[in-house]
Amino acid sequence: MRHVLSVLVNNEPGVLTRVSGLFSARGFNIESLSVAPVGDGSSSRITMVSHGDSQITEQITKQLNKLIPVIRVVDLTDGPHVERELMLIKVSAEREMRAEIMRIADIFRSRVVDATQVSFIIEVTGGSDKLDACLAMLSPLGVVEMVRTGKVAMSRGEKKT
Amino acid sequence: MKLNGAEIFVQCLQEMNVRTIFGYPGGAILNIYDEIYKAKFLRHILVRHEQGAVHAADGYARVTGEVGVVLVTSGPGATNAVTGLATANMDSIPIVCFSGQVSSSLIGNDAFQEADTVGITRSCTKHNYLVKKVEDLARIIREAFYIARTGRPGPVLIDIPKDILTQKTEHVYRDGRVDIPSYRPTIEGHTGQIRRAVKLMQKAQRPVIYSGGGVILSNAAPELTELARILGAPVTNTLMGLGGFPANDSLFLGMLGMHGTYEANMAVTRSDLLIAVGARFDDRVTGKVSEFAPEAEIIHIDIDPTSVSKNVKVDIPIVGDVKHVLSKIVELVKESTFRKQKPDYAAWWGEIETWRRRECLKFNQDDRVIQPQSVIKKLHELTQGNAIVVTDVGQHQMWAAQFYGFERPRRWLTSGGLGTMGYGLPASLGAIVAKPDEQVFLISGDGSIQMNIQELGTARQYRLPIKILILNNSFLGMVRQWQELFYGRRYSETDLSDMAAPDFQKLAEAYGATGLLAERPDQIEPVLRQTMETPGMVIAEFRTNRECNVYPMVPAGAAMNEMILL
Repeated sequence: MRHVLSVLVNNEPGVLTRVSGLFSARGFNIESLSVAPVGDGSSSRITMVSHGDSQITEQITKQLNKLIPVIRVVDLTDGPHVERELMLIKVSAEREMRAEIMRIADIFRSRVVDATQVSFIIEVTGGSDKLDACLAMLSPLGVVEMVRTGKVAMSRGEKKT
Repeated sequence: MKLNGAEIFVQCLQEMNVRTIFGYPGGAILNIYDEIYKAKFLRHILVRHEQGAVHAADGYARVTGEVGVVLVTSGPGATNAVTGLATANMDSIPIVCFSGQVSSSLIGNDAFQEADTVGITRSCTKHNYLVKKVEDLARIIREAFYIARTGRPGPVLIDIPKDILTQKTEHVYRDGRVDIPSYRPTIEGHTGQIRRAVKLMQKAQRPVIYSGGGVILSNAAPELTELARILGAPVTNTLMGLGGFPANDSLFLGMLGMHGTYEANMAVTRSDLLIAVGARFDDRVTGKVSEFAPEAEIIHIDIDPTSVSKNVKVDIPIVGDVKHVLSKIVELVKESTFRKQKPDYAAWWGEIETWRRRECLKFNQDDRVIQPQSVIKKLHELTQGNAIVVTDVGQHQMWAAQFYGFERPRRWLTSGGLGTMGYGLPASLGAIVAKPDEQVFLISGDGSIQMNIQELGTARQYRLPIKILILNNSFLGMVRQWQELFYGRRYSETDLSDMAAPDFQKLAEAYGATGLLAERPDQIEPVLRQTMETPGMVIAEFRTNRECNVYPMVPAGAAMNEMILL
């Protein structure tokens, strides 16, 4: 089963290595991982997506909690939550293709954030399915390169993670 | 008061009440060594190899219950310490290891004697630090000691760049108390779970208490013993748990697991309630997990939540310090009607007695060849079970576990989790430094002793009167046993008979020790007596039966009741 974990950690050097190292050392798989400082910068939020049965996930959660700089681990999969991801796609945009690319960007409520004579960079945000669909539409037109952030997630309503 | 990093280091050790430190100097930590030279309260034991320093600190920690302290230099000093740290990490031994590091400006530049020590030791320590500012040094040292000794204990490493040791900052003397918001180990067990556990104890017909190293670490042997006696339930210990329950008690079944007793393994397999206390269901204990205690409901008390339901699914998990939880359980059991309506375990003990009659630890006696088991049995008899026994890893370790009955905790030092050959000699030095008035016996093999044999120099330098018993079968015995049983007797690279070991008597002489030799069974007792009576370090070699095996044995991957017996 797929699990989305929100991990609040002290913002200190090496903490990401500790977290990711724990996964590799114990043979757990990370599907996606994103991290950035939050609040006053003394802590960071890591969002991780992993796969495993309930026993594996329980171990992952416990092992993460055991790391000294980890403040809190919440498995968001258990409750309603919002997941988002950001993708930048660079597509080759020669004359006759430019309008078509912009139409596709419009359909996915994405934006062109860079334009040159030969290329566009399009910024897309949303769920992974939406990003996949957008990429599938643009691929035949000539995707030069793309980058995705990995998921960030937050529980809905009053619950704090 | 403004102090430099090296002075802060010494001040903090004083603050933490550290009196002994094991280490090896080098360029990156010379400033600390210069301060140690001036510090009168601190005894530094110079080892011959950094691995030895960590094992010695580990031995010191195991017998005292205090934090063992190690000091090594950068690069090779730190990498040599890794095996010791991994050993302590697997056995949950509190250690603080300080490593020197090249100056901050050189880090990452492949400087002379530079290694990414924090990176290398991340997965074999409970936590580690790289000190980046001298202002952080005192806080980090205080935190390290706190982390090492609280919760599930373990080794903590502090990597200190050389320039930090010369920089000055304001230092305020404090007690060792620290507060780390992200680190709050659960000490008290959940009351509801404890009540449920007591209810299960009241209805069980075939209970077994299975206790591990956590009982020793948490100083919970009295509580464990009290609970077992109130219940009247049989007790078995893991290798790490030996001494947590008196071996001479009629409730004791002996060790369980791969080389555990027939009665212990059968009882666990047949039990309807398994009370696991400070034990982590290691694969050497469970055998085939799917057939481990198949009829039992399982209560698991452990301070480390990751140990609960990791290998074996438990019915009642109780996360907390073993001593706290057991005290609470004993209190509830006493309050309950348990004493008046004590379950009748007569049938259960009847079954156990049948298994006991199998006498699984008997071995073939011979008048011509020394049986290694008889050396341990005789040692137990002559020391009346009072010695501190340290082992290396291999057959001798299992025989020591099986045949030396441990009545008290912190008298048995062995590398259980990592199985580190070479642990014994330095660990025994740590033990005798901590307990100079005790008799410390190292039981080793001809293979194991050679893994850190250079530490004989440390024993000589500090006149540490350890008694070393080498059970010499001219084989890497345990590997040979596996080759015999599972690899068609193809003794690939395990035969040490062809001048592959030193002359241990001459070696003893070279290190200022007394060397003794026993080659026949009738020499066992006189040589052991002479070992005990001779002042100073003694190396007593026992030339034993070459192809003696450790039985019972559960083959790897088999169920616990599928034992090979003699």
